[in-house]
Amino acid sequence: MSALLEQADRLLESAKGDEEVEIYVSSGVETEVKAYQGAIENLSSASSSGVGVRVLRDGPSGAKVGTAWAGSLDDESVREALREARDNVRFASEDEYVAFARPDGVDPMSLTLRDESVLTTPLDEKIAIAIELERRVRSGDSRIRQVDSANYSDFVAEAAIVSTAGIRASYSRSGAFLSVEAIASDGRDDQTGWGLSVGRAPRDLDLEQASSDAISRATRMLGAVKPSSMKCTAVFEPRTAATLLSIIGGALSGDAVVRGRSFFANRIGEMVASPLFSLLDDPTDERHFAASSHDGEGLACRRNLLIEDGQLRAFVYDTYSARRAGTASTGSALRGGIAGSPSAGCRALQLAPGSEDQATILKNVGYGVFVQSLMGVHSGVNPISGDFSVGVTGLMIRDGQLAEPVRELTVASTLQRMLLDLSHVGNDVEWLPGSAAGQTLAIEEIAVSGA
Amino acid sequence: MSTQLVEADVLQSTLAEALSRGGEFAEVFVEDRTTSSAMLDQRRVEELSSGRDRGAGIRVVIGETTGFAHTADLSEKGLHAAAQAAAAVARAGGGGVRKVALDVLRANPSTALTEPGEVSKSKKIELLLQADDVARSEGSSITQVQVAIGDSTRRFVVANSEGVYASDHQVRTRFNVSCVATGDTGMQTGYRPVAGTRGFELLSREVVEEAARGAARQAITKLDARPAPSGDLPVVLASGSGGILFHEACGHGLEADAIMKDASVYAGKVGQQVASSLVTLVDDGTVSGEWGYLAIDDEGHQSSRNVLIENGVLTDYMWDYLRARKDGRVSANGRRQSYQYLPMVRMTNTYLLEGESDADEIVAQTPYGVYVAQLGGGQVNTATGDFVFGMTAAFLIENGKITAPLRDCNLIGNGPEILKRVDAVGRDFSMMPGTCGKDGQSVPVGCGQATMRLSGITIGGAAA
Repeated sequence: MSALLEQADRLLESAKGDEEVEIYVSSGVETEVKAYQGAIENLSSASSSGVGVRVLRDGPSGAKVGTAWAGSLDDESVREALREARDNVRFASEDEYVAFARPDGVDPMSLTLRDESVLTTPLDEKIAIAIELERRVRSGDSRIRQVDSANYSDFVAEAAIVSTAGIRASYSRSGAFLSVEAIASDGRDDQTGWGLSVGRAPRDLDLEQASSDAISRATRMLGAVKPSSMKCTAVFEPRTAATLLSIIGGALSGDAVVRGRSFFANRIGEMVASPLFSLLDDPTDERHFAASSHDGEGLACRRNLLIEDGQLRAFVYDTYSARRAGTASTGSALRGGIAGSPSAGCRALQLAPGSEDQATILKNVGYGVFVQSLMGVHSGVNPISGDFSVGVTGLMIRDGQLAEPVRELTVASTLQRMLLDLSHVGNDVEWLPGSAAGQTLAIEEIAVSGA
Repeated sequence: MSTQLVEADVLQSTLAEALSRGGEFAEVFVEDRTTSSAMLDQRRVEELSSGRDRGAGIRVVIGETTGFAHTADLSEKGLHAAAQAAAAVARAGGGGVRKVALDVLRANPSTALTEPGEVSKSKKIELLLQADDVARSEGSSITQVQVAIGDSTRRFVVANSEGVYASDHQVRTRFNVSCVATGDTGMQTGYRPVAGTRGFELLSREVVEEAARGAARQAITKLDARPAPSGDLPVVLASGSGGILFHEACGHGLEADAIMKDASVYAGKVGQQVASSLVTLVDDGTVSGEWGYLAIDDEGHQSSRNVLIENGVLTDYMWDYLRARKDGRVSANGRRQSYQYLPMVRMTNTYLLEGESDADEIVAQTPYGVYVAQLGGGQVNTATGDFVFGMTAAFLIENGKITAPLRDCNLIGNGPEILKRVDAVGRDFSMMPGTCGKDGQSVPVGCGQATMRLSGITIGGAAA
């Protein structure tokens, strides 16, 4: 049994009063190395821990909750957090749907998400990885004139949740990342490209993939021009497709639905997407970087099929949104660390793969825009209205192949239309960091705005 | 809360420890931050939350290399352990014993008139309910109202091996209203933020009501919105939030870290005409009360007003201490999200100085284009200069008049090109708060400008 879980038990024991209490504790260690010009630019190492406390009190017209947190686990900090949470609860509104999660009989999957070698790999090896990443990108192509950042980072994180409602869970995961940004120049203008690799431990990382991605993404953009405005098919490559899927996942949150902030509300059973589109949120799939055995309320994570062959099947719920919607939690509470309260959301989205690879999709599309990177997703996508407009760099697709690079354009539509206008789904699934895996997607009737 | 986070002699011994393996520069940053927030959703007070985070970040610089570690343990033992971890980057070792002498503490007091702790929680909830009432009274199409209030008190002390020893006490307050309006065309949103480096005095009844009314009206107006046009059009940016244009089009590109790595389109261009002669751009941490206000930056240096572009000519970049030191410059822009992060070059309040045009005249003299009443954020690639910013409230301009509302979209341009297209600047200056993200760190910033026009920029709408 984990020491953190024992600590959470002790805190809960000491906190018991005449109300319900939930204790969430987390701790983690992390290392980050940035390499620049063959040497270490920054080396950071840190360990951190903290506690989030929620206090729930019943009243005549429902329960109410107060929360507090502290960025350390010493007794004084924990006592102060508990005192604040107890004070905060006095001011909250009673709400018949407010409740803590209760054990629901679903057993957590046994997942291998933590690799001890993150902790045992010598620091010198991690430093060497970052320096080698930078060297490979810098020397990999004569047009690379600068490597703006070349980073290695890793973490091991652990959390435990216990409550007077019977929840008792702990879970742990590790991760290691490479990321590198290359600047290519042809003497006239500069272009940038990102490369990345992600895994549970340093040995999972693919230096070759990360460096060659950064180089090819930067160099193939050289000479990019602004295209004319038009309507055409847009092909999203796996990374940009994953961004698109996470945005759609936001509208499938039961929390957005019960608060009247989702365009999917009241549409269960309707065809909301092309029949090619089957979307699954499955944190129990170990291949997904965001996989987890437990959700942010300590319930077992499970596989939730949200859209099947274009038909809207279900939303993801935490305890509160489920009660408000008259259903049960789907084990989908997300929690933004110690300072965050649980809220329903998709954790590990994946789209059922299609049958075509990227080259076949490009061939079948014939003409359009290939979307390599997105800008302004937070400023140009409104997940409530569905309005979608993002800045893009990419390449034209002509005669079924990638052609000249384009920049300073936007692609626009609405999320609702884009789901219906989906015409191809790739079989080239990439397991990426973030809440969604991605594969090549083609979407018709996109408004391209340029010159 | 004791007045001194960590005693001076402990800071000195920690700095000495940090330099014990060699290293030219060491810094200890100790921070104690308390926050509180409350949220109202559909007239229910959903959540009151309080938090406290205390700790220290220690860095050691050796040549071009920086070692960094942070700890939540503020005992002498905890600080020394973090100092050793930060010093691990000094691989040669053998620095020997160095004594560090600190200057007299330069302490900056809070500028808040009403400290957050002096305000009862019920008083804050009253404001939330008041905003909800006002928003709902704007029309029955308002189906969802969410109001949030928050404050933070951030006390820090920073000391370095060159004797810098300074502290600050920053109080920030924010309030925002989000509305959803529902009609035949679906749902639309309205949003208004109010934020300042001030205490509770920021939130007068009028300010709260104005935010609620503004958010509700914005959502209702957008129910009739049509898809925005696509292609290159003249754009008039309303006073205030248009400052985000400069934040993205050149602000990030003028940060010395991008310049030093030659990863900015503005590198090597000091003294050159980079913008229309109407553009005089300033970054100014000294604007009291604004969201990006600082007495000192997070490296302990006095904030200042720096002219970046004067009448279109690039005059200076923004600096943090390490880069300024190398270049013999003065730094005022070293900022960090918290003790858990290394400082970086960041903006404070970045604004365009007023011009001489009349705001109404600017619109009247635009035959066809887009009027942007509110912007929602943006992003830039400093190496290529390409940037986007999103409009969250906009209208068509037809025959010099503001007409049909438009749906949300991004605008896209290239910084150096767009700066040359500023062809009118008004006299109705105002500022807006924002959150700036860079390399995973968020800091509060202000943006400002008077009503202004771009002769053309690409509108990323969905209409043909």
